[in-house]
Amino acid sequence: MSNDNNTQDLRVVAAGIRLVTLQTFANIGFGHVGGAMSIIETLAALYGSELKSDPKNPNWRERDRLVMSKGHAGPALYSTLCLRGYFPKEVLLELNQGGGSLPSHCDMHKTPGIDMTTGSLGQGMSTAIGLALGCRLDNIDNYTYLILGDGECNEGQVWEGAMFASFHKLGKLIAFVDWNKQQLDGFTKDILDMGDIAEKFKAFGWHAQTIPGNDPGIIKAAIIDAKRYTDAPSVIVLDTIKGYGCEFAEGVAANHHMNFTQEQIDKAIDDAAQQLEYVRELASKNNKGVS
Amino acid sequence: MFTVHELFEKNPKMMRETYCETLIDLALSNENIMALDADLVSSSGMKPFFQRFPDRAINCGVAEANMIGIAAGLSAMGKIPFAHSFGCFASRRVCDQIMISAAYAQQNVRIVGTDPGVTAAYNGGTHMPFEDMGVLRSIPDIFLIEPCDNVILEDLLRQLAKLKGVYYIRMARKNAVSIYKEGSNFHIGRGNTLVDGNDVTIFASGIMVYEALKASSILQTDKISARVVDMFTWKPIDTELIDNCARITGAFVTAENHNVVGGLGSAIAEAASAVRPVPIEMVGVKDRFGQVGTEDWLKTEYELTASDIVAAAKRAIERKQ
Repeated sequence: MSNDNNTQDLRVVAAGIRLVTLQTFANIGFGHVGGAMSIIETLAALYGSELKSDPKNPNWRERDRLVMSKGHAGPALYSTLCLRGYFPKEVLLELNQGGGSLPSHCDMHKTPGIDMTTGSLGQGMSTAIGLALGCRLDNIDNYTYLILGDGECNEGQVWEGAMFASFHKLGKLIAFVDWNKQQLDGFTKDILDMGDIAEKFKAFGWHAQTIPGNDPGIIKAAIIDAKRYTDAPSVIVLDTIKGYGCEFAEGVAANHHMNFTQEQIDKAIDDAAQQLEYVRELASKNNKGVS
Repeated sequence: MFTVHELFEKNPKMMRETYCETLIDLALSNENIMALDADLVSSSGMKPFFQRFPDRAINCGVAEANMIGIAAGLSAMGKIPFAHSFGCFASRRVCDQIMISAAYAQQNVRIVGTDPGVTAAYNGGTHMPFEDMGVLRSIPDIFLIEPCDNVILEDLLRQLAKLKGVYYIRMARKNAVSIYKEGSNFHIGRGNTLVDGNDVTIFASGIMVYEALKASSILQTDKISARVVDMFTWKPIDTELIDNCARITGAFVTAENHNVVGGLGSAIAEAASAVRPVPIEMVGVKDRFGQVGTEDWLKTEYELTASDIVAAAKRAIERKQ
């Protein structure tokens, strides 16, 4: 997987990440399926295009950073990093295995390519700010990306950080909120509704956009747009579907962490493989058309 | 090596002045040293640092959780952040941020919690940390230290600029009684035996070190030979020294300006029970909340005086078989 893809290619990247993520979940029979599926197109736009990284040198100082603050989406990020070339596919078998390198929530000391340890919700906002400040102090020309969950935005620490980041004009901090409208106990509207998330961030001094969040081309364009704002942090609210592209999870109420049957995961993997073939053909035609 | 004063007097220089001056000195030669505060720069005495290094000093506002997370992120970029708030808000309020963003994530963060225990005085119960070391003590890999005077504070700060890991420094802000002579240096993780003795060991920390030294003199008049140890490192606890002291004296008193539940007494009792169990009497706050008052009044109220240590020492000796 390279990182210079056009929109059609990014759909192929996303389909590939989804297939590998489902295959990874299949090994253990359970997991945070919903929130992993909903963020895949964003990971495709980042690692397939916009995020500056070098899999051969994961600690490259000039790289862009990603803080997956909704750390339970680790499995989607692990698949992405694997496809980007950070580690071989066999490593994916270590998901949730004792002593393995892929814990359920991201750990920077266990997994190559993970820039920050996350899992206790809300804390990634602050650590991402620390990274962005550190990069600015050292005159590193890069971006710090932050992925928050919508339920995670219940945490007060998110808003402590939101105040801080705009006051300190962290223009190179770009946050995403995976607005999939569901949190662990159900729909956000029934638990603790955040209302208009983009408007809230705007009120805190951020540049904010709300976009369709399961289209990697649109996400890529939104990132490019966010980079134009240099005197304020940016947030991209991703209007996503929790469990997107996985039949047994999509649209299901309790899809935050779920068990599934072999039959269900086999069907989901088949669907994802077919989707990958389909977008690959489209991309191939498209690329031929261009040339 | 360290040397102890013969006469004990309050240092005219406040602890916070030593804190600020030392950090400025360290920052001059190490560009990674940074200071963070949560709207308490005036209290921590760090204004000169903030004026001198505006790019490396961050006032995070009244948002301690965010401050600790930022410190962890800065650490991931190679910075060495010193983050300050009052002890209550630098520990119990941000316990999860210290646990996950700093310790679990193996970052290099120094957290300074000021106004320990009764030194919070007029700020009262809401601001009086009797629990700060206790809530942090169950976090793996964390270092907990309580320097009792300016000399040990400065030496420890200089060490902390070079060491890896997460450190919580429990520090009185104002004038401390000088225990150590200039030029002394210290080993984190090892207690300092200030007075030799054979009948009982008094393990003390922070403001209780001076009380322990006074108690030792009073006990001497009763022909009781009390050993006094400044146990400035609460974690990791110096088990080897505890074992030696148990072997030599056979009875302990622990003296802390902190709740005895989860504090220094607990740490020493845990260690002693594993290596050489001896009778232990704990001088400290007996599971109570703080309240307003002068430091002296509060020390009497919570039984944190030299005479409380004397009585505890006699009880401990009586319990020896």
